[in-house]
Amino acid sequence: MSGSMKLTLKVWRQKDARSKGQFVNYEAKNISPDMSFLEMFDVVNEDLIKKGEEPIAFDHDCREGICGACSMYVNGRPHGPKSGITTCQLHMRSFKDGDTIVVEPWRAKPFPVLKDLVVDRSAFDRIIQAGGYVSVNTGGVPDANAIPIPKKDADAAFDAATCIGCGACVAACKNASAMLFVSAKVAQLAFLPQGQVERKERVEKMVDQMNEEGFGSCTNTGACSVECPKLISQDNIALLNREYIKAKLTSDNV
Amino acid sequence: MNLDSKIPEGPIGEKWTKHKFNLKLVNPANKRKYDVIVVGSGLAGASAAATLAELGYNVKCFCFQDSPRRAHSIAAQGGINAAKNYQNDGDSVYRLFYDTIKGGDYRAREGNVHRLAEVSVNIIDQCVAQGVPFAREYGGLLDNRSFGGAQVSRTFYARGQTGQQLLLGAYSALSRQIELGKVKMYPRTEMLDLVMIDGHARGIVTRDLVSGEITTHSGHAVLLCTGGYGNVFYLSTNAQGSNATAIWRAHKKGALFGNPCFTQIHPTCIPVTGDHQSKLTLMSESLRNDGRVWVPKNKGDKRNPQDIPDEDRDYFLERKYPSFGNLVPRDVASRNAKEQCDAGKGVGASGLAVFLDFADAIKRLGEDQVRAKYGNLFDMYEQITGENPYKTPMRIYPAVHYTMGGLWVDYNLMTTIPGLYALGEANFSDHGANRLGASALMQGLADGYFVIPYTLGDYLAGLGTKPVDKNHPAFKEAENKVKENIKKLLSINGTKTVTEYHRELGKIMWEFCGMARNEQGLIKAKGMIKALREDFWKNVKVLGENESFNQSLEKAGRVADFLELGELMVDDALNRKESCGGHFREEYQTEENEAKRDDDNFAYVAAWEYKAEGQHTLHKEPLKFENVKLTQRSYK
Repeated sequence: MSGSMKLTLKVWRQKDARSKGQFVNYEAKNISPDMSFLEMFDVVNEDLIKKGEEPIAFDHDCREGICGACSMYVNGRPHGPKSGITTCQLHMRSFKDGDTIVVEPWRAKPFPVLKDLVVDRSAFDRIIQAGGYVSVNTGGVPDANAIPIPKKDADAAFDAATCIGCGACVAACKNASAMLFVSAKVAQLAFLPQGQVERKERVEKMVDQMNEEGFGSCTNTGACSVECPKLISQDNIALLNREYIKAKLTSDNV
Repeated sequence: MNLDSKIPEGPIGEKWTKHKFNLKLVNPANKRKYDVIVVGSGLAGASAAATLAELGYNVKCFCFQDSPRRAHSIAAQGGINAAKNYQNDGDSVYRLFYDTIKGGDYRAREGNVHRLAEVSVNIIDQCVAQGVPFAREYGGLLDNRSFGGAQVSRTFYARGQTGQQLLLGAYSALSRQIELGKVKMYPRTEMLDLVMIDGHARGIVTRDLVSGEITTHSGHAVLLCTGGYGNVFYLSTNAQGSNATAIWRAHKKGALFGNPCFTQIHPTCIPVTGDHQSKLTLMSESLRNDGRVWVPKNKGDKRNPQDIPDEDRDYFLERKYPSFGNLVPRDVASRNAKEQCDAGKGVGASGLAVFLDFADAIKRLGEDQVRAKYGNLFDMYEQITGENPYKTPMRIYPAVHYTMGGLWVDYNLMTTIPGLYALGEANFSDHGANRLGASALMQGLADGYFVIPYTLGDYLAGLGTKPVDKNHPAFKEAENKVKENIKKLLSINGTKTVTEYHRELGKIMWEFCGMARNEQGLIKAKGMIKALREDFWKNVKVLGENESFNQSLEKAGRVADFLELGELMVDDALNRKESCGGHFREEYQTEENEAKRDDDNFAYVAAWEYKAEGQHTLHKEPLKFENVKLTQRSYK
């Protein structure tokens, strides 16, 4: 049951990190409105393979909007025209027959292109490694109900914790700032009693690492939050700023 | 071969405690002299890698994703079981143990399952300490909900994203150890073979998925935490990259494969819309707490669901199973949905779906409360189908979700290869013939946080602290074999794509080795898989080269392994002439169409030894039930 939509794709092709890339046009035929955007790419890639041309490389895995792997810049917006979803949850019914769609990788210096639409987001991992955790070893922890947490705080922590680390916030930002990503983790742990012990040190270390990776500054345009597939609030950035200033004013790491 | 499960002697409640005391220890100063390889960074892999590093071992951790945070555990929705009895509703370690043995249709080991129930309570404590934001009540304490196969509320959850939150907890512990230099992380790296020296696992061969470089890594032990093999079916709820390559190649080196045919078909997934479909999306089992499953009473009733009055609806689960109702275990719910559709009562364009209806819940609780509980799932449903489940019932159909089978392991989680361990979904150990909802997360974390840190030391302590000889010819040999295999795949240059083969295999598996199986169909499937595999090696088209980022090549290797594993699943299903849990042989059913076990002849683990392509020898590990009485499962 394939469909009858026909589309033109302008896709960024780049052999590897060292090569220069360019846009290449492809026809996507027999597309059904029930296909996801990535399934449409599957169809195009199968055709390319049959023709002996290398398929378009793109990151994807769970295809249910939670792993954060997919990372396409569709018609000038991270994850495409709809808000609150990842590319894999974007369906072709959001497009019209005959449309031309421009597809690019995340464009940000700290996310170098590895091939076609695939970028290296390991900078995010290094920011978490710098301090995005509670330093507890396995075992020897108190009973889970020993510390009651107000539902409001638990919910706020959860909202921040829904970040999937896809990098859309960085891709959306004209400064390639990673503030939304960093603030989500800082906020999650700042709301919880478990995060209090390392609260100051955490924010200092994570922000330092963020700067070291070459992410830009935040100028409060709010694009990050609008494009975030999990709609993580920009309020977290304000919280991050407060946390950072508080930590720096009383820092032990001078 | 003598399969020694190493289940400790003694009363069920004391086995693990006693065993922990009897295990040898590695002294703290010596731990840093051992290298441990962990393949996979999901719940089992990340928790194991982090915990072993905390203990002082040197850990190398590998994942094929671009970040360990993206392992497919992240997609688990509903929750995690633990025998905390916070609800004061009669739960206990023994009840969780009992429910799990019964839910698994009496095909799991008592000793393993009791240990799982025991450590379940520690998992929740650990996760809360890490800052995992579980759902809470207004008083600030943790909230619970019910899941299939249980009459108590013991499932902890974080909205519909429990797997994500638990994995990010384990990922944070792992990240901390990476920062401390105790774990070296290798993302975008795939294990392609096991290196063995004198019969022991001593390393792995990997391919760097960006550069294509083939490398070997040495270690005193290798832990495979690589998840399940549901993608044999092509369409499943697994991630696109989920694969069996690590366990299958270890199997070919001598690790026995346990109960390969035990597959879980999850009852509540979004139905297939066409051939382009690349995966199936699960709608969490937690929805069955408030959603009611039904089909029209009359065949071919094509009215809008809202226009069908109650008297023309058949709430078949509530009707057939009054005490468990919509919360029967997954295998029972799936089979019943299939039965209704086979009888022509299926709904939707394909007729392969049943309704999951929230109208009553919305009336009872209000839309806001339903949204608070399940909002993200409803959104996801609407995104995929274009229908609003607050207004019209969801359409659901069963889909492959989890594999209970996996590498055979003993009580210490060691496979039949000394030094090679399998954790989480990659092993066969705890769920018997059917896994209960919210038990996969529990098992992955139990194995990684609380079992392997004890049992691994026992093996290492017996080895001595000498480093593994990286110059041993076994490394070069394994590396060369991997290179040859890749060269072969790239040289065929046939006419069919890897995906075409995969899709074909999936169709065979789903039709003949899916929700219902029979001898005739299985024999036919065996022949078809063999022919398909032979054709694959003659006619597959894999473009590009090894020395680059080449997703077709990655996939080709994985599908080649699925084409072998699929045949073993069929062999196992043929051999098991009974029905139990997710394995339903049409020839063996009760008068009420329930699974009919044969405890006299099949109360054993089927562990298969690889001999040559398509050839396996069966070994049996008898299952002893000393605490639970084997009965016909009843959820009526």
